[in-house]
Order: sequence, then C-alpha cells, then structure tokens
Amino acid sequence: MKLTDRLHGWKELPIGGIIPEGGTSKAYKTGNWRTGKKPVWHPERCIQCLFCWIYCPDDAIFVTEDGKRADFNYDYCKGCGICARECPAKPEKAIEMVDELR
Amino acid sequence: MVEKTKELMALTGNEAAAYAMKQINPDVVAAYPITPQTELMQTFAQYVADGLVDTELVAVESEHSAMSACVGAAAAGARTMTATSSQGLALMWEVLYIASGLRLPIVMCVINRALSAPINIHGDHSDAMGARDACWIQLWSENAQEVYDNVLQAMRIAEEVFLPVMVNFDGFIISHGVEVVETFSDDVVQAFVGERKSPYKLLDVDHPITVGALDLQDYYMEHKRSQAEAMRTAMPTILKVAEEFAEISGRKYGAIEQYRLDDAELAIVALGSSCGTAKDAIDELREEGIKAGLLKIRVFRPFPWEEIKSALAGKKAIAVMDRAEGMSGVGGPVFHEIRSCLYDLPQRPPIVNYIYGLGGRDVDVADIKKVFRDLLPIASAGKVEDFYRYLGVRE
Repeated sequence: MKLTDRLHGWKELPIGGIIPEGGTSKAYKTGNWRTGKKPVWHPERCIQCLFCWIYCPDDAIFVTEDGKRADFNYDYCKGCGICARECPAKPEKAIEMVDELR
Repeated sequence: MVEKTKELMALTGNEAAAYAMKQINPDVVAAYPITPQTELMQTFAQYVADGLVDTELVAVESEHSAMSACVGAAAAGARTMTATSSQGLALMWEVLYIASGLRLPIVMCVINRALSAPINIHGDHSDAMGARDACWIQLWSENAQEVYDNVLQAMRIAEEVFLPVMVNFDGFIISHGVEVVETFSDDVVQAFVGERKSPYKLLDVDHPITVGALDLQDYYMEHKRSQAEAMRTAMPTILKVAEEFAEISGRKYGAIEQYRLDDAELAIVALGSSCGTAKDAIDELREEGIKAGLLKIRVFRPFPWEEIKSALAGKKAIAVMDRAEGMSGVGGPVFHEIRSCLYDLPQRPPIVNYIYGLGGRDVDVADIKKVFRDLLPIASAGKVEDFYRYLGVRE
C-alpha cells in the first residue's frame, strides 16, 4: 500500500504510526507551509553561479541535466529567503522575494 | 503434565517476578538500579551476572531512560522487559505513552507504592492508577503466585496485542512477603512464551521503516483511533492466553475473579493484595449469615465493562475499594469506572467508595468486615447519601 496516494482511514494504517517503506519524505510537500514570501527567479539577470542551488536547505531549485539553473520547485520551497540573500548577481539580484497570498 | 515440570518454591513477589523473567529469558532488560527500584531487579541482575540468562541488562541513569531504552530495544525487535515502582513509574510517564503509541510489546513489573509528597515507600496504587490512561494493559496480582503467573501471561499478551503490559503487585505486602509459589521448569515456560514475532523490525536494513515519525492534524487522530482499538479488542487475547495458561498450570484466570459473589447481596470490589484479606473477611461474615462477596479486578486495562456489569447486577449494596486517592474530589479511579459501568442497569445498586490503605496503611480482616457492615443499612435503605468515604483514617 502506498501511504502517500490519499488520506487513509484508521483501519488501513500500519500499527504504531510506522512508515513501512523508505524514501517517503519525497512525497511530503514542505512547500505547503511556506512563510508567505515566495522567491521569484529572473532568468535574464541570472549569472548561473548555482549559489542558490548550493544554499537551498531543501530541494526547491531545479537544475537541468546540463547543469543549468532552472525555475523553482515550489513544492519544497519554504520561503526562507536564503537564495535571494545569497544571490550575487549585480546590479540587481536574480531572485526576488515577493509577498504571496495563500 | 508430569510432576517434575513443576516445583514449589518459597519466593517473595519480587523473586517470583524475577524468576519468571529469568525463565522468559528476554533479549533486553533496561532498568534504573537504585531506589525506588526493588529487589526484583537485584535478583534478576544476579541471574545475568551468573550467566543464567542471555539478557543484555542495561543499567541506566533514570527511569525515563530505562523506558526509553526499552522502547528502542522493543522497536528493534528484541523481547524487552523492565520493572519499576512509585516515583520511578512517575518519571517514566512521558515514555509510557511512546511505548504504547508505537505499539511496542514491553512487559513491566510495577511494584505498587505511594507517590511523594509526603515521602513514603509503602504499598499504594497511586503510581499505576496515575498511568491508567497511558494505554498499557494492566494486570493486577493478589499474591506471589499470581505475580509469577501474570508475568508469564503478560509476555504473550503484549506480543499478540502489540501493546505494553504492566504487571502490578502491592509493594511490600506482595513484593517482600515470602509465599509458596508453584513454578514451571524452564522448558515449559519457553514453550508457553514461544518466539517473539514482529511484523516490523527497526534493524532489518532490507526492509527500511520509520518509527516515531511526526504525525500532524492529518493522521494523528487515525493513529490514536487505531491504538484505542487495540486496547478495546485486547480482552479476547487476554482470555485466550489465560486459557492456554490454565492448561499447563491448572490455575484459571479471567478478567475478573468472583469470590462467593453469585448469591451475595453485599459486594466489595477491589484489586491487589487486599482481595486475599477480603476473602477471609467474607468467609467469616458468611459464618454469621451475612451474604458477602468479592469482585476482584485482575485486568484493569482494558476495563472489563460487561463482565463487571453482569457480576454486580442485582446486588443490594456495593463498596468499591480504592488504594489511590485520585484527587477528583468525588472518589477514586476504580470507583468512577465501576459506578459508570452500572449506569445502564435497569436497577442500579447503591454504591459507595472507600479510599483505603494509602501509603501502606494496614488493612486487616476487621477493616473489610467493617466495610460490609457499613453496607447493611445501605442495602436496607436501597440508597446511599455519602458515597465518598475513607477507611481507617483518623479524623
């Protein structure tokens, strides 16, 4: 049984809150509880240094197979703002934190 | 059963429990080795030191750690046991819920003793009664024989129901009193308890699992419902294990024991060592023509609702004995549950509560007879005014 496909009833659950399979954190969308600020990527300003990818504490930045930064994966972005703070692009940063209505 | 598989031994309640643990030969025992720990663990530690068991004995720095180590061991798939008493159980409280919430089959002997303050080390049910909502199955023992028998059955029950089990026995009165105990040979015990079978093991790297994950608004309630179902449906397993135990021992156990209760008009409800005292009191009262009887609770969790209801139906007056105050302001914990389960009866018997024996205050046959005599006018009147009473307290 996949525990992550839908919300299950109590009779269906393994006892003791055990999760009987590995790798299930992938299915846990931490972006669901983002802070209310959301990073927006401006590719025209991006210098492709990949600092944002290195600094991201979660898994919120897609990188293409040829090593290029792509857009955010908002499923896992908690809105911490570290990427925007560390972005070295000048004169304007390539990442901007914007208010987000949820 | 051939004779040599049984042996009569002179044992204290503590030694009877330790001997049962030795014969079970658990993989892990984690325990705090100092007061309020009792001689139970000292006796068991001697078995470990003498190489008579294969147990990994983990001596930890507190009861909180003792139960935590038990949780880890049991989750890893080890057959796990421990023992504690009074303040030690109180210090374990947080982890008791983790053990049951993770559905770990830990067996713990609880030598029932008073809680501070004031400081007191003697027999009292406040410790285990305080843990009654922790989702541990609770077995209560009247004497050293029942301690031995209950420990052996507890291991089976825990591992079949996937809930931890407390085996309770009164501090000093049972734990330190020497009695004749009929024991089995090791091979009979081993055949009875069998191998632990676990659907999940923490250390099985080929089948990784997560134990103790965060569980928020979306699933916590479903997991608690599932846990409650384990307690709600545990009784058939407890009774099945008791039946199998009766086959090898000849001693029959149920959720409750009824002593001369069938035709009794006056009943008292009790658990623990006072039941033995009550039986003597009842025998004497019967000589005088007073129809007295006892309902002894052996299994307090899960609460044997239906059994108690039908056993007490039609009684003319009932006294519930609580060896724990409960501090509800309106009576002790056993009283409330008994009174509640009689609510559906078409004719509810008048019922009183006696708080007794706190901090090891002695309760003798005369005390119990006094309770029955107090019930006589209540039975005639068919009602009771002051239901919340104390037995043997100085005004």
